[in-house]
Amino acid sequence: MSEMGFDPASDYPLGSRRPDLVRTPSGLALAELTLEAARAGRFGPDELRATAETLRRQSAVALAAGRTQLADNLARAAELADVPAETILEIYTALRPHRSTAEELEAWATRLETELSAPLTAAFVREAATAYFERGLLETGERTAV
Amino acid sequence: MSARRSDRFASRERRELRREVLISPYPELGLVAMDGPNDPEPGLELKDGRVVAMDGRRAEDFDIIDRFVARYGLDLDVAAEAAQLTDGEIAHRLVDVGVPRADLVRLSRGLTPARLARVVSLLDPVELMFALKKLRARRAPANQAHVTNLKENPALLAADAAEAAARGFAEVETTVGVSRYAPLNAVAILVGSQTGRPGVMTQCAVEERRNLQLAIQGLVTYAETLSVYGTEPVFVDGDDTPWSKAFLASAYASRGVKVRFTSGGGSEALMGHAQGCSMLYLEARCLAVIRAAGSQGVQNGSISCVALVLSVPGGVREILAENVLAAWLDLEVASGNDAIASHSEIRKTAKLMGQFLPGTDFVTSGYSVMPREDNTFGGGNYDADDLEEWMTVQRDWQVDAGIEPVAEGDVLAVRAKAARAVQAVFAGLDFPSITDAEVDAATYGYASRDLPDRDRAADVAAADRVMDGAVSALDVVHELDLAGFTDVAEAVLGMQRQRVSADYLQTSAIIEPDGAVRSAVSDPNAYEGPGTGYRLEGERWQRLQQLPYVLDPQEETSSNGVLSSVLETHVATVDDEPDDVVVAVGPAFAAALRMTINGLPHADVLRAITEGVREGGGRPRLVRVRRSSDVAFIAHDGARLSGSGIAVGLQSKGTAVIHRADLQPLDNLELFGMSPLYSLDSYRAMGRNAAAYALGHAVGPVPTQLDNFARAKLIVRTTLLHARETAEVVRDAEPIELELTEDHA
Repeated sequence: MSEMGFDPASDYPLGSRRPDLVRTPSGLALAELTLEAARAGRFGPDELRATAETLRRQSAVALAAGRTQLADNLARAAELADVPAETILEIYTALRPHRSTAEELEAWATRLETELSAPLTAAFVREAATAYFERGLLETGERTAV
Repeated sequence: MSARRSDRFASRERRELRREVLISPYPELGLVAMDGPNDPEPGLELKDGRVVAMDGRRAEDFDIIDRFVARYGLDLDVAAEAAQLTDGEIAHRLVDVGVPRADLVRLSRGLTPARLARVVSLLDPVELMFALKKLRARRAPANQAHVTNLKENPALLAADAAEAAARGFAEVETTVGVSRYAPLNAVAILVGSQTGRPGVMTQCAVEERRNLQLAIQGLVTYAETLSVYGTEPVFVDGDDTPWSKAFLASAYASRGVKVRFTSGGGSEALMGHAQGCSMLYLEARCLAVIRAAGSQGVQNGSISCVALVLSVPGGVREILAENVLAAWLDLEVASGNDAIASHSEIRKTAKLMGQFLPGTDFVTSGYSVMPREDNTFGGGNYDADDLEEWMTVQRDWQVDAGIEPVAEGDVLAVRAKAARAVQAVFAGLDFPSITDAEVDAATYGYASRDLPDRDRAADVAAADRVMDGAVSALDVVHELDLAGFTDVAEAVLGMQRQRVSADYLQTSAIIEPDGAVRSAVSDPNAYEGPGTGYRLEGERWQRLQQLPYVLDPQEETSSNGVLSSVLETHVATVDDEPDDVVVAVGPAFAAALRMTINGLPHADVLRAITEGVREGGGRPRLVRVRRSSDVAFIAHDGARLSGSGIAVGLQSKGTAVIHRADLQPLDNLELFGMSPLYSLDSYRAMGRNAAAYALGHAVGPVPTQLDNFARAKLIVRTTLLHARETAEVVRDAEPIELELTEDHA
């Protein structure tokens, strides 16, 4: 997190203090998201969300305010910003108690790390796997198709 | 044994309070508020930078909650500092105005759940309130509204969301009876809220998959459905772990959803796995998990189990302690007060004060802006019918609890506009149409029973189209724009821009109508003693005073009835006839003032008294006493002029006294102090009694009624009328005789 000219301690709120740093997924600025532009069809609904970069900046803002865990959460959120919703819901289900074997959780961790560029989330899933193993929360009985 | 019962005990048994069950503590089932006998001793043992024991458990025995907290929830450097402090020293700092919030938040990072619970349990209720005021994350308190209705009528949802927004609620939450309705309800409150006031955040409490989908389509901006529990079995029964919940929180944030977890005392006992621990200790474990998971905030303070917590001794205090703990852990707090806490209005409101007076980020986790019958969250603790009480209590305490008065006409206008806006959106999206009759009833009606029924199968089919991804907030913007609701379209688009910048993901964020994000980062609570931090004053205080039913005291006495025909004739003389009975009135009587507090014209009152005197065999004489407005002196002055020594004294507001010249001025024969209760017959009876005293007959006192509420009801008017009378006093002025003319206009 060392974007040129971004100071997480003083640049919040980004939308009002640093609109120059805020972009939609396709690179539109906040000021371009006007009703006129909407009428003209210059952007679609997929543009109206935070990018991974914006979420990383919000993570830095939280960290600068001393909120380490919120910062970690938003850093994971940044990793998930471009992960399809279906995949996210699959991972969530896999993390519920008695849903996954150790191998399955490790497979998700590996996929997060390599395919989805989400190393923080991958580490988080691995730590869950360890805790689940120790607390007997892994899947043990008969497998049912998911 | 058929012991005879006390009628008073029996009467009390019929009070609302007695519909609920109070129990003595039962710690084995977790039915103990705080300081439970089985709660672990606080403790934290570190070795080589790792936690090897915490709160009575070795690391190898840690359950899933201990593990999560030990791994993500503790700052071990701070823990070493905290180990040097006693519980009492830390508790003292919580209420020490010289210790800043930031220092306390930092200290909390080194405390285990058992220690957090132990320290906060050292505070008494007022200390807890003070700590909460000091520890709140955002500078100013706010409030959240619940908006639902039994028929899931979109026009009514929109109208209620609009009114909630216009009244200043920063968040609006809806839910569904039938889960497939969720997208329509989400659209309705999005349109409604942005009609009422741009910037209001909305949520639809439904199952996670639907919720995430609604968020992706831009139809909701926050979620508080992530429940956490304080024991492993309950957590697992809830089909989650701290890790799965934390992951879900990140997932929501990745879609621009502000996330608030939910926890609260009593849930573990209700679900049968409290493991013998107190409610506060288990809540401390929940809150430690919630912060460790990286949530910006929590709704806690028992929430849906509130009535269970209130069944045990110290329950209300425990709930307040939960809120304090959450704020101490630097979490945004939406402090419950949404589920019905008690049948008793007294008890319910006494509980509310714990959060209402200190102010929390959201004083309620959902104030029901519609009548209780339409609250599908299970009945609101406070609802549409209680709004004026809430606002009056704000005015009483000079406290901002997040609800603003709005004039009836303005409410109707914003409700109508929201209902029409959502009507246009439904039409544009080819959803089942909203009729003009629905718009009308949503604007003016009391509840959903006043609205026509909708074709629910058709609505559900339309809802499914939204869930298929066919409709997004941008489509809503287009339809609003096409239908001429340009400002609402702008507001909904504004919320989409907020999603792009994601500033509202920071702690305690709410959004101003101009789009400014107020959060614990941009607008933190910096209370450091009297005169600092947020205070209800200036323009905001003026605004919260302006209740529609507040009267102008100047107007109260300016036009007090019609002028009555009383002529002032000459300076009153002393009479020596034994049947002479003086009726002495105050300086403003039938002059500056013309009616009693009871609305009786002064001339009619005089006529009744004089007729009564005649019926009793006396000869009435009317006199105005000008030197005093005190009924005792008016009457006594009259008595000294009276041939019989007897006078009836009468203030303009209607208070009367029968007096005798040889008594001390503040003594009397009969006092009629309940002026609002008197009819003309009462005044006639006073006249008769006065004559009877004059003639030396035996007298039974005039029968009077007792109204214990008269004082509360009329003390303001009494004060104003008496002030008006006193203003007419002329020092040292002679009494004047009056003549009552027959024809009075």
